[in-house]
Amino acid sequence: MLTERPITPSTLGVRDLNWQIEWDKDLCTQCGRCTSVCPVNAIELGVHRKREIKTPAGLMKKAENEYSIFYGIRQKTDPAYACIGCSMCNMVCPNNAIGPKREEGSTTQKFHNDRGGNPRTRGGRRNSGESLLDQIKFMRISMLTDPALDAGRHEFRLNTLLGRVQSPEESLKTYQEQGWKPPVREIYPLVIGGMSFGAMSPNMWEGLQMGVAYLNEELNMPVRISTGEGGCPPRLLRSRFLKYVILQIASGYFGWDEIIHAIPEMKVDPCAIEIKYGQGAKPGDGGLLMWYKVNKLIAAIRGVPEGVSLPSPPTHQTQYSIEESVAKMIQSMSMAWGFRVPVYPKISASSTSLAVLNNLTRNPYAAGLAIDGEDGGTGAAYNVSMNHMGHPIASNLRDCYNALVVTGKQNELPLIAGGGIGKSGNLAANAAALIMLGASAVQVGKYVMQAGAGCLGSEKDRCNVCNIGVCPKGITSQDPRLYRRLDPEKVAERVVDFYLSFDTEIKKIIAPLGRSTSLPIGMADALGISDRAAADRLGIKYVV
Amino acid sequence: MCRLFALTSRDPISPMLAINALNTMKEGHDGSGVGLCLRGLGGRFEEELQGCPILSGIFTEAGLRRLEQYTMDHGFKSQYSILYTPETEPPEGTPVRGTYAAIAYKVPRGWKELTAAQQGQKLVEMRLELRKMGEEDGDIMVFSFWPDTIIVKEVGDPLEIGEWLQLGANRNLYARHILAQGRQNTNYAINLYACHPFFIEGVASMTNGENTAFIPIMEYMQSRNVTGYSGYQSDSEVFTHIAHYTTKRLGLDIRAYKHVITPLMDHEMADHPDREFLATLKRSCRKMIIDGPNCIIGTLDDGSMFMVQDRKKLRPGIVGGKDGIYAFSSEVCGIDAVIPDRDKSKDFQPMHLDTVIVGPDCKEIETCSQKDQLPRQL
Repeated sequence: MLTERPITPSTLGVRDLNWQIEWDKDLCTQCGRCTSVCPVNAIELGVHRKREIKTPAGLMKKAENEYSIFYGIRQKTDPAYACIGCSMCNMVCPNNAIGPKREEGSTTQKFHNDRGGNPRTRGGRRNSGESLLDQIKFMRISMLTDPALDAGRHEFRLNTLLGRVQSPEESLKTYQEQGWKPPVREIYPLVIGGMSFGAMSPNMWEGLQMGVAYLNEELNMPVRISTGEGGCPPRLLRSRFLKYVILQIASGYFGWDEIIHAIPEMKVDPCAIEIKYGQGAKPGDGGLLMWYKVNKLIAAIRGVPEGVSLPSPPTHQTQYSIEESVAKMIQSMSMAWGFRVPVYPKISASSTSLAVLNNLTRNPYAAGLAIDGEDGGTGAAYNVSMNHMGHPIASNLRDCYNALVVTGKQNELPLIAGGGIGKSGNLAANAAALIMLGASAVQVGKYVMQAGAGCLGSEKDRCNVCNIGVCPKGITSQDPRLYRRLDPEKVAERVVDFYLSFDTEIKKIIAPLGRSTSLPIGMADALGISDRAAADRLGIKYVV
Repeated sequence: MCRLFALTSRDPISPMLAINALNTMKEGHDGSGVGLCLRGLGGRFEEELQGCPILSGIFTEAGLRRLEQYTMDHGFKSQYSILYTPETEPPEGTPVRGTYAAIAYKVPRGWKELTAAQQGQKLVEMRLELRKMGEEDGDIMVFSFWPDTIIVKEVGDPLEIGEWLQLGANRNLYARHILAQGRQNTNYAINLYACHPFFIEGVASMTNGENTAFIPIMEYMQSRNVTGYSGYQSDSEVFTHIAHYTTKRLGLDIRAYKHVITPLMDHEMADHPDREFLATLKRSCRKMIIDGPNCIIGTLDDGSMFMVQDRKKLRPGIVGGKDGIYAFSSEVCGIDAVIPDRDKSKDFQPMHLDTVIVGPDCKEIETCSQKDQLPRQL
């Protein structure tokens, strides 16, 4: 720092930053690992010159200046390089001499995040810790007339259906007439949501796919993973593992050339096709893959030039309206696979979710509806979108389920809910709550990154740099120097671990409720909450 | 937990037999209520009043007058009625309600031209309308309105109620198919309509245990657009409606009922001769899967009687008897009390895959496993 540095309106001191580096001079061996690992270059090696005035006793001798030099860590105060609290410096430090500390009192940095007139874009999820799902309790515990089941001993059937299920009358008619039956997949109710090849590093993607394959083939859990927009590696498209994959098509159509061209060579059908109309964290906004991440591989798979930002438009440009989309896209995608693959749209939870749902119920080819709530994760979005836009998932899902109940189609059109599940780590409880509110399945993305690959992001604005390709763990980076940090085998192992834990925990929830032979979809009488307004809105019990 | 007892006999028998059987199982129910469903009636109902709809319920004097007006307005003329207004003090816990009635009606002109389905629909509509009429001041409580069917429900100990209502005294109340339940009111407030058995369009059933999937199934049944799928004072009422839906709406044999409420696991289905049909049924009827623990006993329009268990078979249930009379009971002591001279080695306790059926001829116990091939019409 210069002694005569200019103090301008956007000059910040270290104390103004959200995260501050605490560095211990005595413990530091100056190995330099921390500065080399810092993803945002918030710290640099500094040469510190120290002047001390030595004043001898007595009056005869004059005071003297003593100069010394030492090497140490310097934290930058430029907001562009502000520490993100990822703690990678601490992870690599041999002596625990350095680490970030959150400065709770300072709010100054957020006023300077938008320098150059560009509002902040970031990855991650809504920066708030609270979650309504965490407040929901399961309280219909069986005690007397119906003894609680033993989660460890009874047989359990947790699988759910993805695809249009005909009503009993219709299905018997189809059976008798040997007519066309809409494709239905039996899947595990926890789906890995769309995180695209492009947003994710190749190692992360490989790890996830390996984990999913292991769960299916070794543990007999029909877990499915959505690709997200951005295509799918050609080798996977032509492999037998494709049946575990839900291919996503979004408004940018990235990677669809590759997929369409692979159809004749596909050994198996994909699990389903998901048409993404919106995502919870940036409702009404398109996807944004920033140029940092568009390397040669990604460019090739997506069919675009290297090193250019890839914004997908917020809507499918070839479609005029959702009605038309539902009719046309669902039909043409179904047709591409000979009506053997379920096709369903994914939308942001919004005030128009019901309108979309109403459209779908009248379309015999629609295989379900995925709804993504405001807490849904994303690779990159504007800060304002993530923090202030969107609709919470619980009430939106409930409205949709109730709309199906009114028309008697609650078994026929599965709802897949996402957005904020496991936000505080309570994956099974959140998922069970949503299932009991009416979801046939739930999808998670961020949780998979956090638990499966050690993503450092938190709901307190920690890390959140997934968008610029500097992910310190190598999860969302396309830079080989970074993604080499991530061992795909370990990711697969962790994915399997948390799926097994989820399986145990969800059994521990539904067994005491007396359920085991089918997923308790819509079993809202089991839920209670101590918030009167929420209880009324969701149609669950108010308990204090 | 409630105790269930059902009798199916070639000749009409006294309902008190069933109530006495319940009494032998008294330790298993707290006597907070009793429900009786009598079908295959004997006496005058059989001799003179075949096919006449019978209204059964409890009425105050005002209620009876309103009922008379209502049935007259609809062109129904009362032909024969069993009206009983107890003069003595009711047993402890039973309120004074008025007249217990079973009234057989002559149907209006033009009724015969209606199809059976249309007649059924009208009877259900009238029953619901009457029930609604009585809901405000409790002067009319209607349990059934259907030919050859009488339902009695009351709060209190089964034996005391049976004696107080003198159910064994009137030979016109003798029936071939009797469902009786001694109640244990553990979960909800005591409500007369919540008392088993439940009845809809010739299908009656009763259940013990609790239905943990009640809300989703209730919502599903209500959304089927079937008149009569309403009420739901008890979480087990849906079992009757599922049986009705399976047999009447889907036109399936009662053997398919078990496949609807407790479908086979996929691996069990893999080598089943009807696997494609069963997979179709399992998928589309997924909302009607129960988790139990329940034992369900029911009777159908044709006079057959059945018993099924939930998937885990957490409730006891046993069927036994001899040519001409068979009993379905929660406990073996119930059967012992009524048919002590049967061949006990032929008693059958259905396990988690079994459906037990005794046909209207009361000749034998027919058991079928879910792993068996279903009848051809399916």
